[in-house]
Amino acid sequence: MPPPSIYRVDPIRDLPFAAEFMKKPVGHHSPGLQRVLHVFRGEPLKDKYVLVTVKPHEQWQLARLSGERGKPLTRLDAFYACLEEAERDVFRRRWRDVTGRELAIPAEAGA
Amino acid sequence: MLTITGYPDRIYAHPCDTVKFMVSCETPITYRAHLVRIICADDNPKGPGYKEEEIASEINGEYQGRKQHIHAGSYVTVPDARPLSRLESFTVQAFIWPTTPQKGKQGLISKWSAKDNSGFALIIDEQGSIALEIGDGKGAIERVSVQRVLQLKRWYRVGAAYDATTGTILVYQLPLIPVPEIADGGTIEKTSVVRMAKNKSALVFAAMAAPTHSGLDFYYNGKIDGPRLTSRALGMFDCEALIDQIPQRLILDIVGQWDFSRKMDSQTAYDISVNRLHGNVVNFPARAMTGRNWSGEIMNYNEDPSQWGAIHFHDDDVYDAGWDADFSLTIPAALKSGIYAARLRSDDDEEHIWFTIGPEPDKESEIALLLPTASYMAYGNDRLGMDGGGAELLNDILNVINPHEIFLNDHVEYGGSLYDAHSDGSGICYSSRLRPLVNMRPKRQGTLGGFGGSKLWQFPADTHITDWLEAKNFNYDVLTDDELHDRGYQLLAPYKVLISGTHPEYWSTEMWDAFDAFRQRGGRIMYLGGDGWYWRVAYHPDYPGIVELRRTESGVRAWPAAPGEYYQSFDRRQGGLWSRLGRPPHGLVGVGFAAQGFDISSYYKRLPDSYKPEVRFVFEGVGDEKIGDFGLIGGGAAGLEVDRSGADVGTPSNAYILARSENHTNTYLIVPEEFLETAPGLGAEENVLARADIVFFTMPNDGAVFSVGSIAWAGSLSHNNYRNNVSQITENVLLRFLDPTPFAT
Repeated sequence: MPPPSIYRVDPIRDLPFAAEFMKKPVGHHSPGLQRVLHVFRGEPLKDKYVLVTVKPHEQWQLARLSGERGKPLTRLDAFYACLEEAERDVFRRRWRDVTGRELAIPAEAGA
Repeated sequence: MLTITGYPDRIYAHPCDTVKFMVSCETPITYRAHLVRIICADDNPKGPGYKEEEIASEINGEYQGRKQHIHAGSYVTVPDARPLSRLESFTVQAFIWPTTPQKGKQGLISKWSAKDNSGFALIIDEQGSIALEIGDGKGAIERVSVQRVLQLKRWYRVGAAYDATTGTILVYQLPLIPVPEIADGGTIEKTSVVRMAKNKSALVFAAMAAPTHSGLDFYYNGKIDGPRLTSRALGMFDCEALIDQIPQRLILDIVGQWDFSRKMDSQTAYDISVNRLHGNVVNFPARAMTGRNWSGEIMNYNEDPSQWGAIHFHDDDVYDAGWDADFSLTIPAALKSGIYAARLRSDDDEEHIWFTIGPEPDKESEIALLLPTASYMAYGNDRLGMDGGGAELLNDILNVINPHEIFLNDHVEYGGSLYDAHSDGSGICYSSRLRPLVNMRPKRQGTLGGFGGSKLWQFPADTHITDWLEAKNFNYDVLTDDELHDRGYQLLAPYKVLISGTHPEYWSTEMWDAFDAFRQRGGRIMYLGGDGWYWRVAYHPDYPGIVELRRTESGVRAWPAAPGEYYQSFDRRQGGLWSRLGRPPHGLVGVGFAAQGFDISSYYKRLPDSYKPEVRFVFEGVGDEKIGDFGLIGGGAAGLEVDRSGADVGTPSNAYILARSENHTNTYLIVPEEFLETAPGLGAEENVLARADIVFFTMPNDGAVFSVGSIAWAGSLSHNNYRNNVSQITENVLLRFLDPTPFAT
């Protein structure tokens, strides 16, 4: 497993990259957004956010991994009908976890 | 939630062969079985839809399900024999290299009865120290521990002696290379009031008898080298003399002297003593592992096997689940070649135990599709989404966990893939299909299948090709890697065109040679995939359904083979990347693995070569410059793992480079063997090597090769009701390849 990123996400400096992500969560990203995503997506397995398929191709549920083989994941009360919406929601959660601040970009503005 | 799992005893069959189906139900339910032929295993509503054909069969009907267990964990068992059952005083000794010394009690050398707690067991105890247990068969157990914690991944000489007359017990653990200030060695002597009772149990290495389903528990993780057993309690001086050549004064005391470096491709642990107490190796622990005396001066065990006398045991090794068959099917002659399955349904679950049916002799079609079943085994039961590490970081999308992955996490005993680690962190180097491979099933999505879309990987993704062949009304036979390995070139000889699967990554030497013979002798090849012919593997010569991989030197590697462990135990050959073994895939099929990314796929653009008259047939009816900017796998035809051409890497100089992919995201990074020096710009937004190339070249005897170099290609075939440029190009090439007319050059 690659080592975690040592970059420190800055809630001011990196805000434009968050806006970029909200517009397009999947696909080509600017180098600045890639740097933020390396932090978010490289988080350790314990408590890592994942999606669990509820109905194939239709519905997914948010969950967190135990980080240990044989120990179950924990399902959270968040459901999505769209994978991009799930990406945005997890980005917001991680932004809050890492910077301590809410991400002040409405999804509609991005989407 | 998965509640039914199963596997067939064979992966390919022909008319008159019998296939057995082994089934386990988590609860004792009734299930309905039906024979089906699988056409398209993709249930994505945006694709062609799931397609299977029900077949009338003797197996169709209701069955009572039952739970069947898998007993994971490798060990050696030596059947009881007179020299063992008569033991009163004894000495046991071995070299060990423990990998989880503190996981809890682990058996090393035991002759224990769990029924009455009689016998002895040399163990690693709960504190991580060597200890001896003896039981009197009446409830009293004596344990004598050195009480020093073993360090992980270091060699020790460990052992114990028991004198039945005096009750004296000697136990020792001696590091071969002591480390200053680390107190991990010691000896202890104690007089026991408990006297050992004899028993008729087997002698077991790397586990110990226990009241479990399998009768064993306390599986050990780590290496054992050179176990010895004597019929007398020896002192420390004599124990040291047991290491190599047994001195004359001890010869009469020897009961067993096991040498794991003998016949390392077998599942026998050879006793070289006069008693010949050979053991059975169970569940394929790793053999041809460096021993305590490996010098580092030679890398190839064939030169001096005595330096590879270790077996690396794992508490999660598994080979053959060994389940009882629920039913069997004798293949009727009327069934055409294809992918068939026993579809099992309960009220809340569905399982497909699939296998292939090949043609009757002399009734072959002109087209063969080769399912890459070696690669299915390699990826079978992968745990990449849950504990495989960096998937989200690599893929730049969230991991999506599916029910089969949750099932695997709940069922460690189903084993992992060649991409996973054992519980002790060492890489899994053997994978078997004689257990349910729950991800190699219809409809089941994979972590590496790209963003959204069908998200398929390996087996279900390959049915995009069968679906297309059916939609276009081509007659075809379905072959497997397993049969290609078994039967060699003669399997391919009847065919005009051989079509690959989407990701034929793993090849045994026998498969490669058979494939190359077809290529050299006028066969025409359509490589409709990516990252093909990458790793060498070995099938076992005697045991069916298991492959071996050594991830050596370079390449995209989920784990590295350790120094000195680069040679395959199954066939004595050096393992690793085919390109490092002097056989670059680029030379074989024109392209080779260049980059991977698992978010979105991209498209190709035509290159000047594509307008040359010699290859006009490829693009007949295609007006677009852009090829494959659509599809079910990541949204494009060029994606996931992509292959490039290049004279520098071995592409034949007569190859036409017809199209090249572009505009990949920066998650597409070039593979490690593509760069020697650390340098910036390894991603596809900057690196010219991160691309897929479509190539065509001719071979002697009117043979030819057409390669697309992308796993995602087949996912684009069905777009717009099969009317699109990917489908058109594929059809153009297939029709031309069926035409025996020599190619213009």
